[in-house]
Amino acid sequence: MMILSGDRPRNAVLSVILAAILLALAFAPFLFPGSKPLNVAAKICIFALLVASYDLLLGYTGIVSFAHTMFFGIGAYGVALALFNYGPSWSMIALGIIVALPLAALLALAIGLFSLRVQAIFFSMVTLAVASAFAVLASQLSWLTGGEDGRSFQVPPVLRPGNRLFDGEIFGVAFNGRVVSYYLVFIACAALFLLLLRIVNSPFGRVLQAIRESPFRAEALGYRIVVHRTLANVTAALIAAAAGALNAIWLHYTGPETSLSFSIMLDILVMVVIGGMGTMYGAVIGATLYILAQNYLQALMGSASSMAASAGVPLEPGLFHPDRWLLWLGILFILSVRFFPTGIVGRLRQGATKA
Amino acid sequence: MSTHLETRDLTIRFGGHVAVDSVTCAFRPGELTAIVGPNGAGKTTYFNLISGQLRASAGQVLFAGEDLTRLSAPLRARRGLGRAFQLTNLFPNLTVAENIRLSVQATRGVHYEMLRVWSKRRDLIARADEVLEQVALSARRNVAAAALSHGDQRKLEVGMMLALEPAVFMFDEPTAGMSVDEVPVVLDLIAKLKRDASKIVLLVEHKMDVVRSLADRIIVLHNGRLVADGVPAEVIASAIVQEAYLGTAPTQASAA
Ligand SMILES: Nc1ncnc2c1ncn2[C@@H]1O[C@H](COP(=O)(O)OP(=O)(O)OP(=O)(O)O)[C@@H](O)[C@H]1O
Ligand SMILES: [Mg+2]
Repeated sequence: MMILSGDRPRNAVLSVILAAILLALAFAPFLFPGSKPLNVAAKICIFALLVASYDLLLGYTGIVSFAHTMFFGIGAYGVALALFNYGPSWSMIALGIIVALPLAALLALAIGLFSLRVQAIFFSMVTLAVASAFAVLASQLSWLTGGEDGRSFQVPPVLRPGNRLFDGEIFGVAFNGRVVSYYLVFIACAALFLLLLRIVNSPFGRVLQAIRESPFRAEALGYRIVVHRTLANVTAALIAAAAGALNAIWLHYTGPETSLSFSIMLDILVMVVIGGMGTMYGAVIGATLYILAQNYLQALMGSASSMAASAGVPLEPGLFHPDRWLLWLGILFILSVRFFPTGIVGRLRQGATKA
Repeated sequence: MSTHLETRDLTIRFGGHVAVDSVTCAFRPGELTAIVGPNGAGKTTYFNLISGQLRASAGQVLFAGEDLTRLSAPLRARRGLGRAFQLTNLFPNLTVAENIRLSVQATRGVHYEMLRVWSKRRDLIARADEVLEQVALSARRNVAAAALSHGDQRKLEVGMMLALEPAVFMFDEPTAGMSVDEVPVVLDLIAKLKRDASKIVLLVEHKMDVVRSLADRIIVLHNGRLVADGVPAEVIASAIVQEAYLGTAPTQASAA
């Protein structure tokens, strides 16, 4: 129980779903062979962590930040630039992390101290401004960042697809560098997720929830909410940067599209809301559902649309066109917010306490 | 210096309206002072100035020889100023026990402990249980604060201040809106505090019989000014109270 936090899922269905996701991710290379499924699994790991760190801010502390992708990007660019400029070695990965994490922490600290003493909405505006400025900067400094093209780079040999850790196969799967990379991502994400779970269940984490509920009362009890909010902001930024670093290692590439774009920020928001804010577990469920939908809904709709066409069903042909998948996702999102305002985790737990 | 609480020419203006108008007053440990005055007299605002929810336009707040005027509310709470609010202010979606426990945690200075699980801090939980017992809320411990009846919420409000173990207790109409059978729990608690010679207790209360039975001293606020200060019998009998207080709010006074 050392690494656990005594914060159980508190619902049978939820426990089963979480266990299924955990097992599927833990054995993904063997259960779903092929490069696309492994990509999806790694993305789920990374986003579950990224969304969980965002939940620390939104769901637990009650502050809205738009700078989360910026911190994700700092981690991603840190590792990318170190590997790109100084060669593919573990020490360069370490260098990237050693530069990126403190940078993320310092920026989060500065934003926090500057804006969290004022109204919470001011903080949101500042994060939006800083994140936009950072995105512009990253694309302008193309001599450094590669601009819109980003940077592709080599990773250390052990992590390369061509590398075989040993000859032979496990369950018919070659244990190559891709699989090693996947387990690096999976284990790091799982460990950091457990760390987050512990933080929200610590005395400090409890104060964050109090601040979310009533900043006024929290202050009257003697909690300095600016300090708490700033610490939460720094912690979330550090974890987001770590997730970004893992993302870079996984993709062998970092660019605005994969690590800085505002659409990632929207993805994070959708995932945390669908999963359930202020629960941590919601991040895992939200990320899993959303990324599965993102990757397979399109294909599903494509086949639905062609099936309907061949069966002669008089469907509006454009409706199920794969390009419309965002529309359907939007509708799903609105429905889920309408019917599960507390997210999937909140809904399941509610059902449990009523029964 | 001693552990007196003192306000000197304490003043706050909202636009042109002076809600608290150069109030100078000192409060001694072991003394329970009732603060009375008609609605809008500035009683709650006076409390807000003392505990730091509002910043004074002029004047000073001193406690135990230290000038607190420029300190934020949390730092004043840490100096020992405890507040129970007139408009109940709880953590609505957290349980009753958690509301109290957070209060205990604050006083014990456990602010930034990040890597330990909260439930392992048995000492905090045990102390919260004691307070729950004191305010007769043990049976409701696992209910969300928002789901409590009005009376229970008032008790929780008081419990959160007790859990702080402050040196100065500020009760703002603690029994307002409570049913008759709930009132004694709170009044007994206040009476018990009164016996502790090291505590300063300030009580805003409209009910005159409560004031008469509990207070060592009464001060009267009217239009933000301190208009009377003395032992209960004298103050209640004085013309200024008869006119300023009982005159303006006869229903509340006689209903008491
Ligand atoms: N934040 C504020 N902004 C503007 N005016 C305020 C503010 N707070 C209080 N006031 C005004 O100050 C005056 C004093 O209000 P206060 O709440 O202190 O009265 P009170 O004596 O506590 O009355 P009650 O018995 O009704 O609780 C009122 O006229 C009120 O409208
Ligand atoms: Mg009042």
